[in-house]
Amino acid sequence: MPGPSHYLLLSVLLFGLGLTGVLVRRNALVVLMCIEMMLGASNLLLVAFGQQAGLPGGQAFAFFSMTVAAAEVAVGLAVVVLLYRWSGGTDIGEVRLFAGPREERP
Amino acid sequence: MNDGFNFALAVALIPLLPLGGALLNGLIGRRLGAKGSGALATLAILGSFLSAVAIFLQFQQLPEEARRLSFTYATWIHSGGLSVDWSLLLDPLSLMYSLFISGVATLIHLYSIGYMGQDPSFARYFAYLNLFCFSMLTLVLGGNYLVMFLGWEGVGLCSYLLIGFWFTDPAKASAGKKAFVVNRIGDFGFLLGLFLLFTHLGSLDYLALEQGLAGFPVGHWLPTAAALLLFLGAMGKSAQIPLYVWLPDAMAGPTPVSALIHAATMVTAGLYMIARSHVLFSLAPAALLTVAVVGAATALFAATIGLVQNDIKKVLAYSTVSQLGYMFLAMGVGAYGVGLFHVLTHAFFKALLFLGAGAVIHAMHHVYHHVHDHQRDPQDMRNMGGLKAKLPITYWTFWVGTVAIAGFPPFSGFFSKDEILWQAFHTGHWPLWLMGLAAAGLTSFYMFRLLFLTFHGRYRGPEAEAKHFHENPWVMTLPLVVLAVLSAVAGFWGLPHYLDFAHLGNRFQEFLAPVFHRGSDLALRHAAVSHGSAALEALLALVSVAVAALGLLEARRLYLGKPGLAEARAKAHPVLHRRLMNKWFVDELYESLVVKPVAGICEFCYKQVDGLVVEGMVNGTGRLCGWAGSGLRHLQTGRLAHYLTAMALGLALLLVLVFTR
Repeated sequence: MPGPSHYLLLSVLLFGLGLTGVLVRRNALVVLMCIEMMLGASNLLLVAFGQQAGLPGGQAFAFFSMTVAAAEVAVGLAVVVLLYRWSGGTDIGEVRLFAGPREERP
Repeated sequence: MNDGFNFALAVALIPLLPLGGALLNGLIGRRLGAKGSGALATLAILGSFLSAVAIFLQFQQLPEEARRLSFTYATWIHSGGLSVDWSLLLDPLSLMYSLFISGVATLIHLYSIGYMGQDPSFARYFAYLNLFCFSMLTLVLGGNYLVMFLGWEGVGLCSYLLIGFWFTDPAKASAGKKAFVVNRIGDFGFLLGLFLLFTHLGSLDYLALEQGLAGFPVGHWLPTAAALLLFLGAMGKSAQIPLYVWLPDAMAGPTPVSALIHAATMVTAGLYMIARSHVLFSLAPAALLTVAVVGAATALFAATIGLVQNDIKKVLAYSTVSQLGYMFLAMGVGAYGVGLFHVLTHAFFKALLFLGAGAVIHAMHHVYHHVHDHQRDPQDMRNMGGLKAKLPITYWTFWVGTVAIAGFPPFSGFFSKDEILWQAFHTGHWPLWLMGLAAAGLTSFYMFRLLFLTFHGRYRGPEAEAKHFHENPWVMTLPLVVLAVLSAVAGFWGLPHYLDFAHLGNRFQEFLAPVFHRGSDLALRHAAVSHGSAALEALLALVSVAVAALGLLEARRLYLGKPGLAEARAKAHPVLHRRLMNKWFVDELYESLVVKPVAGICEFCYKQVDGLVVEGMVNGTGRLCGWAGSGLRHLQTGRLAHYLTAMALGLALLLVLVFTR
């Protein structure tokens, strides 16, 4: 029977994997999937701690979080479509709008 | 107290009427026209004069010891230990000053209607002139030193405004600035003196200070220091060595201004202040001696410069400085009342002389205007001559003024000046007496030189011009006649006792006596006018008349005798003549000793302190931000991954910090 520490470990691994993916991958779709993975890791923790404390709130929160994640994915995919139309690809390394207009970049 | 006469109101009206006139003229004067504006100003100051006369008449009925009325109208400053009221003090001294200030000012206002009627800025002129009268009357009527200081600064301001009245001429504007700056030096001493008095005696009220000073022995350091500081203020305002340099330059203003402010009234404010502080000064023999020496030195020094000046107003300006020196000499030997008598007579004859000079300049200006000549200087005596027949009223009144200032009996200057010389001799200051006597001879010489060059001989312009001269209108000649009468007879108010055959008594000194008697209550030896041997006094008077006659004869020989004699005399003493012409190079000396070093310090502060230090800090801050920005902007890559990495690292760091604590 796995104990709370196992869930915790798994969650940390999943979260770290997702974070690494978000940070290093440049494909927008992969980044979105990695974000989903981080959300999954936190949902896992919510359920695990809820179970341990004997409260239903953890599971309810996880459902809530999934719903929000679904909405987030819908928005995220729309952004990816726009990105594709704008740049002709899904490489987020191409998008540097925070650094100002293209011609002024250092 | 007399029934039905409101002293408090009458006294307040004296300064307030000109203030009202100044405000009205400043606001709506332009709409009144030159005559209306002038009439308004003249009526305002005439009201002051009538009020002063009414008070004088009421005053005569009061017993002597009651002739000191103090009126408090409101509290001005009340803060901690400092309490200053808006108060006026009425005693024979302030009344005497109010009378002659408002009287002479009325005549000069009237004269100004004629003199300034063509000037486009007449309303500004009359507003300033009335404002000056307000300040001056506040100065003399104020019940404490702070009210006096208010008037003191007010007259300084008006003097500055009126010297630079034609401010489009840079020379005139800078003459005004010079007067202001030099006066500031004196005012600085005055203020320090007031601080000193307040710190040690806790009040600025005349009466309270006199009581506070009663406990000090003669020669104590505090009265000495305070008196010397106050005298510094008097030096500035009354143009004594070394602060006299502004007065000759002040002649840049309109001539009636020179008559009113720079001859008759404002420059005697320093004398008033010393007379008002006579208790303080009498406790400080060292300060009194300083006053006497400075006065005598100024009398002689300024007279030497006056000998060779060619500008008619410059001669009169140096003569004013010199006459003020006499008054300070009298103050310095403790004969306050005698000094004040000369203040009074000088106000009459010097105002007369300036107004006469103004009448000449006005007439010259008209002639030059008529022949369209704007090159020649209408104030230069070398362009005049022979005006006696052209301007008879001006000539005869000017003659009276000249004889009065030169000190020939029975004109007023004889009585007042001789009394000063006698007091100087009698109190044992015979070197100062000798200096005064020499100055008397020089005075007589340069005044008759002026008279001869201007009015006698032949007109030194083209013959055709001479027929364009006209006597000035009555508004200008009436003040001349009134002042001439006063200059002629004023001396009889202060007859020396050796001439007092009818036992009239010395009315002037008797009137002022209550003011200075309090000084003698405090065991002050000099305060009361003392009489010595009548025979000796008469002998000395004869000597000084003889010296004045010598001056007259010398002037007559040089300027009415063979032509070219004066030039030959100048050529015979080239070094001396050059020094006199250039006023002993005092302006140049101040330029190199004071102005240049100050300008150098300013230059240093401007270039080094402001340019490098202050601007360096200000610009450095800006530049630092610029450098930091151009360095840090490289962090802003715009790559999402970089921002996320920074966020993740920051979060991790935060977690580590929170959980390892």
